[in-house]
Order: sequence, then structure tokens, then C-alpha cells
Amino acid sequence: MTALVDARHVTKHFRIGRGQTVHAVDDVSLAIAEREIVGLVGESGSGKSTFGKTLVGLHEKTSGEVYFEGERLPQRYRPADFQRYSRRMQMIFQDPYSSLNPRMTVGEIIGEGVRLQGGSNSAAIRSEVDDWLERVGLERVHAARYPHELSGGQRQRVGIARALILKPKFVVCDEPISALDVSVQAQIVRLLGEIKSSMGLTMLFIAHDLSMVRYLSDRMAVMYLGSMVEIGPSEAVYSQPLHPYTQMLVASNPEPDPESERQRATVPIAGEIPSPINVGQGCRFAGRCPHVMDMCRSVTPELRGAAGVEPDRRVACHLYEPATSD
Amino acid sequence: MTASAANPVAPVLDVKDLHVEFDTYGGIVKAVRGVSFDVHAGKTLAIVGESGCGKSVTVQSIMGLIPMPPGRITRGTAMLDGVDIVQQKIVNGRDIRGNRVGMIFQDPMSALNPTMRVGDQIAETLQVHRGYSKRQAFDRAVEVLTLANIPEADKRARQYPFAFSGGMLQRAMIAIAIACEPAVLIADEPTTALDVTIQAQILDLLKDLQRRNGMAIVLITHDLGVVARMADDVSVMYAGEIVETGSVDDVFYRAAHPYTLGLKAAMPSSTTPKDQGLRPIEGTPPDLFAPPDGCGYFARCPHAMRVCGPSHPPNVEVDPRHNALCWLHHPDAPRTVSELHRRVQA
Repeated sequence: MTALVDARHVTKHFRIGRGQTVHAVDDVSLAIAEREIVGLVGESGSGKSTFGKTLVGLHEKTSGEVYFEGERLPQRYRPADFQRYSRRMQMIFQDPYSSLNPRMTVGEIIGEGVRLQGGSNSAAIRSEVDDWLERVGLERVHAARYPHELSGGQRQRVGIARALILKPKFVVCDEPISALDVSVQAQIVRLLGEIKSSMGLTMLFIAHDLSMVRYLSDRMAVMYLGSMVEIGPSEAVYSQPLHPYTQMLVASNPEPDPESERQRATVPIAGEIPSPINVGQGCRFAGRCPHVMDMCRSVTPELRGAAGVEPDRRVACHLYEPATSD
Repeated sequence: MTASAANPVAPVLDVKDLHVEFDTYGGIVKAVRGVSFDVHAGKTLAIVGESGCGKSVTVQSIMGLIPMPPGRITRGTAMLDGVDIVQQKIVNGRDIRGNRVGMIFQDPMSALNPTMRVGDQIAETLQVHRGYSKRQAFDRAVEVLTLANIPEADKRARQYPFAFSGGMLQRAMIAIAIACEPAVLIADEPTTALDVTIQAQILDLLKDLQRRNGMAIVLITHDLGVVARMADDVSVMYAGEIVETGSVDDVFYRAAHPYTLGLKAAMPSSTTPKDQGLRPIEGTPPDLFAPPDGCGYFARCPHAMRVCGPSHPPNVEVDPRHNALCWLHHPDAPRTVSELHRRVQA
């Protein structure tokens, strides 16, 4: 199976002066198959949003490559590159309040991509915008409104229509529902599901809500402090997490079920995510890990298959022997 | 031990028929429309609801944090230690607020004073409420920071809020709230701004403190997972009213109001199969400038009947201490609750 999006050893560092470097994303590889939904989870500061933005070219890459349908994407995007690739890759942003231009009407926001691509007259753009307004569950009258006149859920629908009007193949959804109320979250999730099946979308779904990612995505990837620590089928990663960090995340995730909460084994949740500035050698989770060994502090673990677990899973942890066939 | 804690039957905080409204340019918003609840020592009551349902306004009015004007408490009582604390005529509100009732807020970064050392902010409440000297108050501040599981508390007490992470700030805010050993702790979305791991730490800390000092907790949240982990009792709020109230098991396993059922169907749990779709609640809450005469959930309710539009639903006790504000439980209603459950699960 060839991957639609193939990120190889993507690294993104930010220099912040005084010889300090933020290691936002360090050597992350991820191949996403066509029509697959990969969920990316981790605490704030784990680099998941930066990775998503780097994939679609909103950040230049410090090193590493991204291939899209076998074609290597530029290390740093120029305006013409955005023109070219925005038709195939799009992003839905977390905050529906700050990601829409307050001085543009909803119609202008949704139609802007089509207009910039050229080749459509304004009547054609307008009818396409009307089409998409209906598809995302808004009404035609909303085209003349400004973002501040809409509710959070409605704005997120605008963000979705804006991203999808160019019919991209791949969409990065950066926490598209975390700012919304529970009942509205389900509306947006259902909408994304419908659009996914009608358009054959491939998605990277970034979220911190583990239950939602388990429910939505085919595979789940876990990031910690810029590195990917585990990836595998969502159900397996959630029900039998391998990496101690994933175990901690799952143990922290409250279930909407009082009985299972009462029976929950108490796993001590230690510490907080450290600063990503000038990260050194060794496992990044070593400082919080309950199973830390000497070698964890000196040798950086590789993301690889592990002996005795399903071959479609990968974990970066010295606790696991490498898979023999790997 | 306080008087109310000594008597296990009487609730520490007893709120009855609270009405709060706000004057705005668009008219009068009836944000809270007859809310009643009580909470007992050592127990946690969760008030659940979505943005705009009035859950924060309810607790803010109890804490005297509603700006008046434009806000107005038009009716209702909140009894604590035999005193009605929403009455305007309390001689010294400070005897109660911050002393007998503590509160923690959603966003610790904006709730703390950035120009004051964290220890001084804790000490301030002790100087005001307990009349401690500066020295005494600061020593006690270090003590409560330690209670809130802040490492190196004496060093941390001398730092400013910017030097704290989000989780540490929330611990500091909890330290302020518990410094005077309140009988009731109100926590308004205390973990919404935090990561799940830090959320788990903060929730564990709250439970641990409750076990030690027997305070009652009123937890405001929209997260049913947090409710399931923390609450003994649950009140579900919608459009300014409590539509269902009961023990956590009653509300999760024997939900009696269609809105509660709708909320549960809208979110996935670890056991929701992937091929089973989430069921969103269609539509939006009613406009509280002109709240409906009948049931606030009428327009969105899949089980609505003709009576629900014009007539306000009765508060029916479906089981002992389990109430729902819904016409479906009226003896003349064509559908029974068990039928309702079957329909939702089908």
C-alpha cells in the first residue's frame, strides 16, 4: 500500500536566541495511507500542532522530507507552492474565533480559495459557496454575515467549508472540536464523517481527547516533547497501551461511566511536560517514567516494532525487546 | 468541625429557587430561572451543562461575584450556616465568602494577581478572614501550598504567577481557596484549561483534600468524564434550569430527562463501537431574552409532546432523590421512562 502522505524524519526547531533552540518536532516519521484517519494525541507542548502545520507547509522544515503522492514537497513553501498544494492539502484550525478574518464575510472567507486559484467568475464562486454552506449545515443567508455574528459551532463549520471547498485529498484537523460544547462536537464529528465518506478524504486528526480519537481514527499516534513514542491501531493503543506515557494518558482520561471510574486502577500521574528547549540525549519521558532505567537517560529509544506485540504497532521504549523479524 | 458537618442530615449549602437576570441593551436576560440544589459535607455535587446554560452564573451569584447592576438576584435563597448568603443585607459578606465558601476558577492565569507573589496572595485571605499577622499568614501559606502538592513550597511562595505552569497555578489557586478551611469549595471548570494528565492530578488533589477536611465540593463542568470520576450527585442544567438531579448512578444509568440522554449519546466512551454513530443534539438552546413558557428543551427534544410547548413541565421525583423536569413522567404521558430508554438505546 502506498502512502498518500509520507513524512520522513521531519524535524522542526525554532531558534529563540541566546543559543537556545526549541525542539518542537524531532525526527518524526509518519506515513498515512489514502482514506486513512490517523489521530495524533499528546499534551500541549508535545509538538503535535507544529507537526501538522509542518506537513502542510505552514512551517518550513528544519530537516526531513514530506512526500505527497510520491512527490517531494518543498522544504520551504513559496507563494506559488501554496497556490499549487492548497488544492490538495488543507488545514482546519482549532480556534474558530481567531482563525477567521473578522473583516471578511463568511462568503468571502469560504470563496477565497477558489478565487485565488483563478478560473472562476464571481457567480460560479458564489454558487459553489452556497453549495458548501448547505453541505456543512449552514444557510445561504450566512454568506453575508461576519464571523462575530456566528456561534462557535457555526464558525467551525465555516472553517471546514473553507478548507474543503478546494476538494483537497488530505486535511490536517488541528483540534477542530476542542473549543466546542459536547452536543456541538458530535455535530461536527458527524459532519466530518459524512464529508470523509463522500469525498474520500485522508485526515490527520490532532486532538487531546483520547476517547474521541479512539472513536474516530484508524490509527493513533502519540507524541511527547517533540518525538513520536507510539503508533498503532487506535483500539489496540487505547486498550493496551505499550509506552509508559501512553499508559499515563489513558489512565488520566476520564470515562463518562461512574462504574468504570470507581474500578479504575490508580496509576500515579507524575510530573509535568518539561521545557522543549535544548533537549538532550536519552528518552524524553525518562524524567516522569515510573519504569525508568539507566540506559533511558543516555540512549534515545527508536520507534520500532516490539517482540510479542502485533506487527502493526510501533513503540519507542527500551522496556520492549525489538521485534525479531524487524 | 462545623455545626453543619456535625449534623450529617442537613446540607451545608442549600440553594432554593434562585433567579438571576441581567439588564443588557438587548433586553433582560433571564440567565438562571429557579435553580435549587443542596450539597452535604464531604460530598461532591457536579453541575453539568453546556456554555450559556447558567451554571457559572449560579455559583457566581452565590459567591457574590455578579456585578450589580447589570445583574440582579430577583428571587431565591442560599442557606449556609443558617444565613442566607445571597441576601443583599448580609452585614459582612467576608465572613462567609472566601472564608466559609472558597472558589477556584477555570483560568488560573487570569484569576491570580500577576504583580503579587503567590504566597502573599494566599496570605492575604488569611489576614483578611482570620486576622493573622503577616508572618503567621505567610507561614500558613507555605503550609497550604504543601497541602496542594507544590514541591519546594517555601521557594514557590516567593515567586510570581508567571513562574508557575498552568497545573501549578491551579494548585496555587486551590491553596488560596482552602487556606481558611471552607465548608464548601466551589470549583468552576477547574480543569478545562489543563491537559488530561494534569487534570487527573488536580482532580485527585481535590478528592484527597476533601477526604482530609470533609468539605463539600460544588463542581461546575461540561465534561461527563470528570463528572463520572468526581461526583456523588449530579444536577444537569439547561437554559437556566436544573432539568435533572440525582445520584451519579441515577443520572448516568437511569437518566430521566431527554437532554441528559442526548448529552450521553453525543459523546463517545471507550466502549462506543466505531460503527455506531454519535448522535448530536440538533439545534441550539433557546434565547434567554424571552425564555419559553414551556420546556426549554422543547424545540430540540426528540420526545416532545404537544403539552411541552405551552406548559412548563413539572418537577417529578422519578425515584427517591432523583428528579426530572419533564412531562414524560406525568401519569398521563403516553410514554414511560423505560420506553424512553429503549428508544434511545435502539
